[in-house]
Amino acid sequence: MLASRLAKPKGTPTMRWLGPLSPALLIMLLFFAGPIIWACYIAFTNKALTGVGASHAKWVGFSNFTHMFSDPLFVHSLLLTLIYVVGSAIIGQNTLGFLIALLQRSKNAIFTAVLNTFVIGAWVMPETVAAFCWYAYLYQGGTLDSFLHHVGLSQDWLYTTPMLAIIIANVWRGTAFSMLVYSAALSDLPTDLLEAAQVDGANQLSMLRRIIIPLLRRSIVTNLMLITLQTLASFTLIFVLTAGGPGEESQTTPLYIYQQALQLYDISYGTAMCIVLLLIGALFSVVYIKLIKVEEVS
Amino acid sequence: MSGALTISEPRVAQAAPTARASRGRFQITSPRATMAKLSAYGVLVLVGLFFITPLLWLVLAAFEPEAAVGASTPLVLSFSNFGKVLNWSGTFLPLINSAIQSGGTAVLTVVASLFAAYPLSRYHMRFRRPFLYTIVFSTGLPITAILVPVYSMFARFDLVDNVPAVILFMTATSLPFGIWLMKGFMDGVPIDLEQAAWVDGATWVQSLRRVVAPLMMPGIAVITIFTFVSQWGNFFVPFILLQSTSKLPASVAIYQFFSQYGQTDYGQLAAFSILYTLPVVMLWIVMSRFLRGNFTFAGAVKG
Repeated sequence: MLASRLAKPKGTPTMRWLGPLSPALLIMLLFFAGPIIWACYIAFTNKALTGVGASHAKWVGFSNFTHMFSDPLFVHSLLLTLIYVVGSAIIGQNTLGFLIALLQRSKNAIFTAVLNTFVIGAWVMPETVAAFCWYAYLYQGGTLDSFLHHVGLSQDWLYTTPMLAIIIANVWRGTAFSMLVYSAALSDLPTDLLEAAQVDGANQLSMLRRIIIPLLRRSIVTNLMLITLQTLASFTLIFVLTAGGPGEESQTTPLYIYQQALQLYDISYGTAMCIVLLLIGALFSVVYIKLIKVEEVS
Repeated sequence: MSGALTISEPRVAQAAPTARASRGRFQITSPRATMAKLSAYGVLVLVGLFFITPLLWLVLAAFEPEAAVGASTPLVLSFSNFGKVLNWSGTFLPLINSAIQSGGTAVLTVVASLFAAYPLSRYHMRFRRPFLYTIVFSTGLPITAILVPVYSMFARFDLVDNVPAVILFMTATSLPFGIWLMKGFMDGVPIDLEQAAWVDGATWVQSLRRVVAPLMMPGIAVITIFTFVSQWGNFFVPFILLQSTSKLPASVAIYQFFSQYGQTDYGQLAAFSILYTLPVVMLWIVMSRFLRGNFTFAGAVKG
């Protein structure tokens, strides 16, 4: 899909590409690359919003980073982030999304349309509203509670099981993405292979294990990468539901960064943690690029 | 939804009609298969219940005059909660702010990515590949993780509480994905149509405006709506970068309402939530119309 050598739009060669690219480049350099470069500078200073660090930030070398790994709260937050990503994205959304996509094949069209509306609705609605729904659902005296108090299980689930609460809420919120990815991938499967396996008397489970999953391997890995990236930096849902509490029981790294940098004003320490989070994200992002192969689609 | 929501590159559906017709149509008729089908419906119904129950509160509480935190059946269908929240500073101003901020971001993103996609889709360029790799790489970066340095940069240059600067930041974070989508849509427009225009001496602006853009209106609509919907739900960015109550979008205003009166006024919170959610749900329905016609999402991730 590239221009032949003969015909080219009017204008000098440089202007032909720099002209159209410049607005996007300028905005991204100033407001995307700029903050990242700025971060790499202030993470090595003692910059703060109050006190000495506010007016005279000093170069402090790697001390923000060494402090981080001896900070039990940071290590704790990383662990919670790992639990949150594995529990809600890799296990929860991925499995449930795959299950819905698989079971929906060749089912009643109206039934699947209604189901899809609710699954996708949970994903499309603003994140704060999704969080309110779950707050009202899990809070003491909430919907779930009004069902469960008959069997003596009345409690504030956000207080007693905060991690489980945010994990389930995030499964509810994000499953639609995996479902859409897998529906698309499943509809592209070659049917002759499945038919042949059926003729040979393969049961559903072995078809799934021997044919469908191997054929979808790339979709699965790509989906896992994307939902990991999306979940890693998840803030709003947890912030509205538990605000990281009670205590630090559900304080994942983004919430800890928020507390340190924007509530306790330790900007440089917060930025250093941001860089660690960015590096983890960058690692997954590189794997993702390897998978989609830019040139294949251009 | 910014950062938290990414859809892989769309692909113009080019599957041959025969291939499309034969897809996913293997029928099962044995008794064991009927059982399998029934149990599949059973599982799907349970999944449906899981997705519906948390929404019950939203709908029921909104129409109940003295709603408590739990969902309970309203005795009377009442719009009094809507009546109470429909006022200028509580609802209309935040919704207008949301519309300005997400609308501004969507327009800027679409225009800048339409321009940027043109050379990426049309020309041989030495740095085209590395540039595209950088774009895809940036779509994966967790935006939440750059907000602290962004805040400190905004504070340094006195941009905190500055709406245009916030729109530019949200545009910068929407652009990588916008450019990637736009390039995908533009690749689907045959280049032959432009060749004639180029021979006649058209500049890139002219051929983009007169030839390419009109042919990819569905794609442009999808990117506009997608960016708008993502930013409409964006809570963290305005929460950090804006301060004046008069500038706050609905996402932040509704959170403040929740933390101030939420414990006591669930009915109003639910009514406000519905008013705030409806526009994006309607836009999403419009967008899926566009997608069903010409495009399929998640094309790049197929095996």
